[in-house]
Amino acid sequence: MKEVKTLLKFMKGNIIAYLIGMIFVIIAQFFAILAPLVIRTTIDSIIGDELITSQIVVKAVEVFGGKYFLRENLWIIGILIIAVAVLRGIFMFLKSFLSSKSAENTIKALRDALYDHIQKLPYGFHVKADTGDLVQRCTSDIETIRRFLGIQLVEVSGSLFMISFVLYVMLKLNTKLALVSVITLPILFTFAYLFFTKVKKIYQEVDEAEAAISTVLQENLTGVRVVKAFARQKYELVKFDEKNRDYTDKAYNLMKILAIYWGCSDFICYMQIGLLLLFGSILALKGQISLGIFIAFTTYINMLIWPTRQLGRILTDMGKAIVSIRRINQILDEPIEILEENHLKPVIKGSISFEHVYFEYEENKPVLEDITFTVKPGETVAIIGPTGSGKSSLIHLLARLYEYTKGSIKIDGIELKCIDKAWIRKNVGIVQQEPFLFAKTIRENIKLANPTIDDVRMYEAAKIANIDKDILYFDKGYDTLIGERGVSLSGGQKQRMTIARIIINQCPIVVFDDSLSAVDTETDLSIRRELKNRKNKSTTIIISHRISTVSEADLIIVLDNGKIVQRGNHKSLLKEEGLYKRIYQIQNPIDHI
Amino acid sequence: MDDYRSNINVWKEYFNLIISQKKLFITLFILNIVIGILDAAFPLFTRYAVDNFIVNSSLNGLREFMLVFIIIALFQSFNIYLFVALNGKMETIISYTIRKRAFENLQIQPLSFYDKKAIGWLMARLTSDITRISEIISWGFGDLAWGLAMMIAVAVSMLLLNLKLALITLTVVPLLAVVSIYFQRKILSAQRKVRKINSHITAQYNEGISGAKTTKILNREEINLLEFSNLTQSMKAASVKATLISSLYIPIVIILGSIGTALVMTYGGIRVATNTISYGTIVAFISYSMQFFEPIRQLATIIAEVQSAKASAERVFFLIEEVPDIADQEEAVEKYGDFFNPKKENWPEIKGKVEFKNVFFAYEDGELILENFNLTVEAGESIALVGETGSGKSTIVNLLCRFYEPTRGEILIDGINYKDMPQVWIHENLGYVLQSPHLFSGTIKENIKYGNLDASDEEIIEACKLVNCHDFIVKMEKGYDTEVAQGGSSLSTGQKQLISLARAIVRNPKIFVLDEATSSIDTETESIIQSAIDKVLKGRTSFIIAHRLSTIKKADRILVIKDGKIIEEGKHKDLIARKGYYYKLYTNQYIEEKSREVLSNMPSET
Repeated sequence: MKEVKTLLKFMKGNIIAYLIGMIFVIIAQFFAILAPLVIRTTIDSIIGDELITSQIVVKAVEVFGGKYFLRENLWIIGILIIAVAVLRGIFMFLKSFLSSKSAENTIKALRDALYDHIQKLPYGFHVKADTGDLVQRCTSDIETIRRFLGIQLVEVSGSLFMISFVLYVMLKLNTKLALVSVITLPILFTFAYLFFTKVKKIYQEVDEAEAAISTVLQENLTGVRVVKAFARQKYELVKFDEKNRDYTDKAYNLMKILAIYWGCSDFICYMQIGLLLLFGSILALKGQISLGIFIAFTTYINMLIWPTRQLGRILTDMGKAIVSIRRINQILDEPIEILEENHLKPVIKGSISFEHVYFEYEENKPVLEDITFTVKPGETVAIIGPTGSGKSSLIHLLARLYEYTKGSIKIDGIELKCIDKAWIRKNVGIVQQEPFLFAKTIRENIKLANPTIDDVRMYEAAKIANIDKDILYFDKGYDTLIGERGVSLSGGQKQRMTIARIIINQCPIVVFDDSLSAVDTETDLSIRRELKNRKNKSTTIIISHRISTVSEADLIIVLDNGKIVQRGNHKSLLKEEGLYKRIYQIQNPIDHI
Repeated sequence: MDDYRSNINVWKEYFNLIISQKKLFITLFILNIVIGILDAAFPLFTRYAVDNFIVNSSLNGLREFMLVFIIIALFQSFNIYLFVALNGKMETIISYTIRKRAFENLQIQPLSFYDKKAIGWLMARLTSDITRISEIISWGFGDLAWGLAMMIAVAVSMLLLNLKLALITLTVVPLLAVVSIYFQRKILSAQRKVRKINSHITAQYNEGISGAKTTKILNREEINLLEFSNLTQSMKAASVKATLISSLYIPIVIILGSIGTALVMTYGGIRVATNTISYGTIVAFISYSMQFFEPIRQLATIIAEVQSAKASAERVFFLIEEVPDIADQEEAVEKYGDFFNPKKENWPEIKGKVEFKNVFFAYEDGELILENFNLTVEAGESIALVGETGSGKSTIVNLLCRFYEPTRGEILIDGINYKDMPQVWIHENLGYVLQSPHLFSGTIKENIKYGNLDASDEEIIEACKLVNCHDFIVKMEKGYDTEVAQGGSSLSTGQKQLISLARAIVRNPKIFVLDEATSSIDTETESIIQSAIDKVLKGRTSFIIAHRLSTIKKADRILVIKDGKIIEEGKHKDLIARKGYYYKLYTNQYIEEKSREVLSNMPSET
């Protein structure tokens, strides 16, 4: 089964410790059985006068000085009882240590792998991702697996040991009666397997219902401002309640199925005991077995049947764990981006050329068509055009967040597809349209791409982005903690933070995806000046509606419906009849007031 | 930050939850006893078989014997079924109830609450923490009650049988108590740490997934993983430690139990030898002592679990008990209802007059943002707020919306202090469009309906036409039934803003608040919808915060805010004539405005 394979893969390096833990379960089990045996022998044969039948026990009694000596010195037996308990305790403890350590190691590996995998899933996945559902899988499903591994599975060995040991003893005592004692076991196992399948199906529903709660919850918390502004508390509560109820119903349904299983399997176990009593009495009556054997069997059957039932219960629990692993596998099976394909990592100077580039998200729905333009290192290109014209898509292609369908994009003359994604992104700094800040300090947020950058450069970047004064306004300055989504900052502040975050990296190519419009003209200007005046000038791509920004660019591209409809620079576009000229004509504001 | 009041009385909360399900709980308790008794009775069948069939060498009555056996077995199996099913019922009901209460309380918390809490922390509390509590309350407490009853019964029997022997056996009990108290503390503090890290992990997942696009662009995968890995590492260490403490506790209890048994055996054995007590008594006593320590061992296991769950319970109950900073007054709720049961029929209709009277306001960090702020806005007036970041314009709007309340002074709506009304009153009359437009997963239609649950399809389409998003919506394959991915990620920012505008319009509110509502809408569209917005705002009180002066120009009154004070106010023309702050701001941005206008005139089709 694929799920088992996954589990084994993540248990790697911990399997031996886990197996030793399982062996310790057996040893602890052995001492657990030994304790009542010691007590009973003492009562029956040391204090009482019953004859000891077992040779081993006779020898053991002799070792301790014989029956009469022991009767005089019962403290020896007292110490023996304590010793057995201590040994049992030690092995129980060691078992817990080994099993929890290997389970936790496995879970850590799983958690890390999931986190890593998720963040390496392609951009397109994250555009559509259902955060609540993913979080539920990463937390709740992992917890199910953790419990199964850490608490349930490890006990299997104890039950197995018990069953085989008792079976061995029974077979040695009387084959016929031993066979009678195990007659219902196949039924018990078939029954457990049937329920295992059933539980898998139902638990899947329960798990999905839980994910639905998680989604509603996550969205409610993320959109709390909207909920409040629209006074939709009641609506949200009803929505949540619906999911909560659905989950509750399904979870209860699962419990009912488990209850049926428990009830039925217990009944099968009782029937097994009944059968033994019936056949045992008959055989004893016929003289085929002695009374002693009959009584022994009635004790042994309990040591056989209940562990078997326990195994069945663990099997049904395994159904849950398998569903959880399956849900996690669904994430792990999503193909990730390979960030370092061992392709080229050239030093990037910053020349960019698009040659007849085509791109589509869905087949036959072109987003970009025949895009051709060239930018030399240190130059600035500006892109303007209406929403949905493909401006952002063009940027995404440059950072290899999506792959172009046709044509060629080259950086410094090297085909983009040959350069490692990680390397490109290190060199192309994009300021996103919708700023996202992490729940970290301002310092950490500005140094996000490279925490080792020194503070001097951070202060510089903050100053250029015109956020330095805002930061110092906070009590803790750069060590101010920002709420998860930067709640305590205004939209403009967030945007300037993300600008500082990109500027600090001194990338050879910098992209502003409509992110300068949220800052005032002066900040806009100072940012562009700084990029121009750097020793190694950055190639800059600016998506903007602001003409003052656009006019200084070396190349201006007007994009509409995925096509370039106009291009040139300030001077050349002024000579053409068209958009740019019309803008220029109304440049002097004073005339129009 | 990840705080909880440890003085929350978890046991009291547990008790109340159990009381709320007392019928189930009592049934379960009785079932527990019945199952226990029957379990103890099964060996009697063996004895009967031995005594009557084997010893007597007769099979008389074997059929009846088997029949009784089957009936009892059936009965017991049914009990087991009931026990599991009812426990399951109790567990799921309790988890449902706690989750509902927690969510309900989250809904009435003010925004300041959310400023400080990460979404992932709250999620962890409402999911895994609640699961743990409900499990322990339903399964643990039944067993706990049963174990205690068992223990007391055995102790009493022992005391009655032989006082001296009983006291000897019970000498280990104080020791057990001391050990237990010690370990309970240890377990709790270890579990607190585990649960705390657990919520951090949930938060990290949530943030990692929400911010994955940013991570990608900044190429930060490795550093993120390293940070996350540190967290899971500490989780591993904390979990193993917590497990070890619990698994040290149980063996110690077992060992102490064995000491009790050993004492009885040693002491009792001597007495038997000297004939001071009978053989029967000692046999009974030893089996009692074993029966006494078995429930103790079980109790220890349960207590360890209860204690683990207590760490979760503290976190959850803290959330449920959290009293919101902004709460409706009791009289107001009585007369006008609250969020969940608004009594709209009693509400005075809002006309839209807004007054700020000597309003003082400071956020929690203490910085005074507004000082003796006064403002009167007539019903139907449109107000534009202009000023730098941090000038206080967002605060004014937040106060108006009652997302925060004034520290001093009062805000009156139509002459009524809004504190005398429930919060839902003003919110129900509010059309609020935010800069970052949050959409919920679901269809576009559902998202617009969020503004007005009773909005008809016609009204929705009309609103969409008004804000010029009808065209692109119908161009999509499923039109208004197109599923919006979470956060509306499949739409561009501009498109999301348009939809959230439509959402506010179908609401038909008395007071409009537009907070940078059109900042990401492209030039072409913006100019088209500008007149539509003007139309919508007509006759309603509106507050507009905008960068674009074209939006501001038409306002009835423009307020220039600086350091929490109105430094200039008036109509556009007057302010320009004054050649003050506004004039400077306007001329600086004029170029941009005009450029946008031109851009909007460019042909959209080629």
